[in-house]
Amino acid sequence: MPRVWKFGDSINTDDILPGKYAPFMVGEDKFHTYAFAHFRPDFAPNYQPGDILVAGKNTGLGSSREYAPEALRKLGLKAIIAKSYARIFYRNLVNLGILPFEAPEVVDALQDGDEVELELERGLLRRGGETFQLRPPPGFLLEALREGSILEYYKRHGKFPGETP
Amino acid sequence: MGLTLAEKILSKRAGREVRAGELVVVEVDQVMVVDSIAGSFFKRLEQLQATPRFPEKVSIVIDHVAPAANVEVAKAQKEIREWGNRHGCRVFDVGRGICHQVLIEERLALPGGIVLGSDSHSTTYGGIACFGSGMGATDIALAAASGRTWLRVPETVKVTFRGSLAPGTTAKDAALEMIRVLTADGATYMSIEMHLVDGAESLTRSQRLTLANLTVEAGAKCGLVVPSGEILELYPIPEWLYPDQDAVYAKQVEIDLSTLTPRVSVPFYVDNVEEVAQVRGKKVDQVFVGTCTNGRLDDLHEVAAILKGRKVAPGVRMLVIPASSEVLEQATADGTLLTLLQAGATLGTPGCGPCMGRHQGVLAPGEVCVSTSNRNFKGRMGAADAEIYLASPRVAAATAIAGYITTPEELEGTHA
Ligand code: SF4
Repeated sequence: MPRVWKFGDSINTDDILPGKYAPFMVGEDKFHTYAFAHFRPDFAPNYQPGDILVAGKNTGLGSSREYAPEALRKLGLKAIIAKSYARIFYRNLVNLGILPFEAPEVVDALQDGDEVELELERGLLRRGGETFQLRPPPGFLLEALREGSILEYYKRHGKFPGETP
Repeated sequence: MGLTLAEKILSKRAGREVRAGELVVVEVDQVMVVDSIAGSFFKRLEQLQATPRFPEKVSIVIDHVAPAANVEVAKAQKEIREWGNRHGCRVFDVGRGICHQVLIEERLALPGGIVLGSDSHSTTYGGIACFGSGMGATDIALAAASGRTWLRVPETVKVTFRGSLAPGTTAKDAALEMIRVLTADGATYMSIEMHLVDGAESLTRSQRLTLANLTVEAGAKCGLVVPSGEILELYPIPEWLYPDQDAVYAKQVEIDLSTLTPRVSVPFYVDNVEEVAQVRGKKVDQVFVGTCTNGRLDDLHEVAAILKGRKVAPGVRMLVIPASSEVLEQATADGTLLTLLQAGATLGTPGCGPCMGRHQGVLAPGEVCVSTSNRNFKGRMGAADAEIYLASPRVAAATAIAGYITTPEELEGTHA
């Protein structure tokens, strides 16, 4: 069963993927193996696709490097639950098709290592007999995600969600 | 109700009045791509099966690892040059300088314009009231392909800087003080609108760029300095490019420059700001002067004035990396470089240098660095436990001479 990897406040992009392990430094095929290399070395080797990342305030502050969340997606991450997000990181998550849920109470309730199940579409999180309802991201973002990603959306429609042509 | 500066710029571009909270799709003037994400940028364009809609509006800058540090990087940079040629996009090659500084010098970022950069410190353009914002590879590729981007019109935090800088303080100290007051997420998703009044109008373009550069460290989408002083001489300023008197702000903060003291940001977060006096005496291994925050000519002048006739302390490495080839040229012509070299400083190729820990001055475990840059996150400049203290060029210079964190005034024994 998927597990929770819990982090604290202010996880920055250098924590998630140090600049020296950027794809253009170490190669496209390897960079994701350095996710949290300094910060939490047991993460990348033990992460199983579907495991959920749970974090505190201002998650993803720092650099605009999309390859930080991209490393997480390559490992199989589909959703993050955090108390709040830094702006660029939030956009990057959505653009990569990783769902950013904002739910401070749920973050407080979850512990590192908890076994959970997440129904992405409905935003339903289960831990044992308990259920948490997560608020989905804003509609225009979901519109893009429904088509796979914002790239797919733009390719198909030649415009951005909500844009009048 | 009036409009903030960010609302003004986005309204102008959208062709209708827009306010905080609305979504807009707007045309952008320039899409800036840095070497380290160029590969992802190309890949995204391929996925889109698109090429840049307006090639002249795309600039790629080879600055983050320049010259190349290994074969992977060399390959990536070779691809950038070839791609740039193929598509007719500008490529600023090794040695031209740091992306933000280059776009300012080349007048590709202009007051009232919109520049998107694949680098978080794209807020820097706000120093000249250009809406600059950082985004990731996908957003940047979409902007290149479409010529547009979608934005949520940001709420605004108004920061008023009042008075003239107290002796011994700089725009960097003012910027660090702003981040301390706002905190690392105090302006997330917002615009920081900076008003310079009662003497602060005299801050130069370079100093304004320093202020705008740091705004992203409070989470801001953009950081706009209301045009005044030198900016009015350097650029034509459209008359609409001012916030309205009755604009609506989410928050207002005042910083009195006349009572400011030298500041330092202590590891491992930028908003961990203290007075230099608090950490005075901390021994350092490396001092780094440069970056898009403080690698300009006036910064090198401040450093040279302190280093003149003195020597860098034994056991301390002092790296100086001018922000651009233009800065390097001017610092050579006016003798600044000779002063720095005579004092024992080491010179690097204009570019980012060791700012993000990839080359040219990476830190060993346990080492301590005073840097004029903008981030001191864990592991940012190398080993995870190396410590980065962010400070002004003046404090950096004095620290290099003393071998421990201090101010020029303390070096002279003139402090109160
Ligand atoms: S100098 Fe540092 S902060 Fe500025 S663009 Fe380069 S890496 Fe980023």
